[in-house]
Amino acid sequence: MTSRIISRIRQKQIAQLIASGKRLDGRGLTDYRPIQIETGIIGKAEGSARVRLGKTEVMVGIKIGIGEPFSDRPDDGVLTVNSEFVPLASPEFEAGPPGEDSVELARVVDRGIRESKAIDLENLCIIPRKKVFVVFVDVYVLNHDGNLIDASALSALGALTNAKIFKYEVKGEEVEIKPGLVELPLANFPIAVTFADISGKLVVDPWLDEEEVMDARLTMTFGKAGKLCAIQKGGAGTLSPQQIIEAADIAREKAEELRKLVAES
Amino acid sequence: MPKDVKLVNQKGVRTDGRKLNELRPFKLEVGVLHNADGSAYIEQGKNKILAAIYGPREVHPRHLALPDRAILRCRYHMAPFSVEERKSPAPSRREVELSKVIREALESAIFLEKFPRTSIDLFIEVLQADGGTRCAGVTVASLALADAGIPMRDLVAACAAGKADGHLMLDLNDIEDKEGEADVPIAYMPNFDAVVLLQMDGQLTIDEFKEAIDLALDGCRQIYVLQKEALKAKYIAIKEEAEEVEGE
Repeated sequence: MTSRIISRIRQKQIAQLIASGKRLDGRGLTDYRPIQIETGIIGKAEGSARVRLGKTEVMVGIKIGIGEPFSDRPDDGVLTVNSEFVPLASPEFEAGPPGEDSVELARVVDRGIRESKAIDLENLCIIPRKKVFVVFVDVYVLNHDGNLIDASALSALGALTNAKIFKYEVKGEEVEIKPGLVELPLANFPIAVTFADISGKLVVDPWLDEEEVMDARLTMTFGKAGKLCAIQKGGAGTLSPQQIIEAADIAREKAEELRKLVAES
Repeated sequence: MPKDVKLVNQKGVRTDGRKLNELRPFKLEVGVLHNADGSAYIEQGKNKILAAIYGPREVHPRHLALPDRAILRCRYHMAPFSVEERKSPAPSRREVELSKVIREALESAIFLEKFPRTSIDLFIEVLQADGGTRCAGVTVASLALADAGIPMRDLVAACAAGKADGHLMLDLNDIEDKEGEADVPIAYMPNFDAVVLLQMDGQLTIDEFKEAIDLALDGCRQIYVLQKEALKAKYIAIKEEAEEVEGE
């Protein structure tokens, strides 16, 4: 996604402003853009949400089915996170198999949910070794204006908070679906906080132009009680150990703010 | 694997006999493949990994070439027989992600601007995996780059720290990674105090995370020494051979 061209003069302007502690869109270095979370917007999906983070827009739909467990985890349900860079979201996106940015996005969102144990996969076992619930989390990027990771993680969490699972009864080897739905229990709220390193300064929630200028990207995902559960550095730039520790302290605070937003929605 | 498995005994010794802050035994070799422009081999515990560099060379397809610098391409790949259950040779999503983070880690070390309109292709083949292969892959790839004579700002050394059985520890092996609580792989350029790869999964408090970083960076510094020895060893061997020929 580096092919988008922004003029040198604008790059310089963004970098210089950040060096002096300001941003082109008027935000402070650790401010998020306005965030809107809507949940339960797709009736056919077992869970859904749309997040707007400034002009970035990501929808997540959750489908739940019955399938076979993985052979190395025969008693656990299956969680699958997939992401689509839908071509209508950006002039840079093309239809076709997922590229490495899309794979990375899905895996970072997946790691947050999995490592924070937001979904108790052991509870999703129906018949051990044979039948388990499979939770598909599909991240759909609708408009790309930077920081897809945080928008997708928030949207996935929003969708999980309103996900429903069908009632069932086991008859011998068969699973009979009963009328009615129960909530998918959530044990944790993983929140991703992403930084861009620009001119040696860390800025929270980079928008697209800032992403074009950034040297490195750093995402930290926090679960409840201020526990870190996933990190991903991206980009070819370098970070000093001090920057990483500084980022962890900021990200923990920011994660608490975002967690309140999700709880209210 | 039963859930109550002990990964660290009362004396603070791990399943493979190591102390908490001890690396696995290393074997590093440089210039192991004939056709490649640069190559290296690593054994880190039971991990066995080969890395090869082709390039700088013409870019195919052409439109990928950049006018002001070389592109680095990286393929991290696991052999089907490298793990317990056969791994399909088709690239998995994990391999796609790791190829990306390894490439980004090494890009910052290479003077790519010295070779405009070319590509440097890096191939990492994991022949046997036992936890920590992305870090071992970075360590061995940086040796292969040096062996290919590609100018670099510094060697990149990589190592993970993590938590298993309630203890923070260095260089997790496969059981410690799978059964443990957290894993923090880091790649580092010691001369610049610069972290070039950082990932984490599991659960850590911020204080534990800070301690894990210190532990991992210390591991990277130890590996850095081994890398330099391995590079020198290749030329010492050549020198000895030459002296033998002269003596005859």
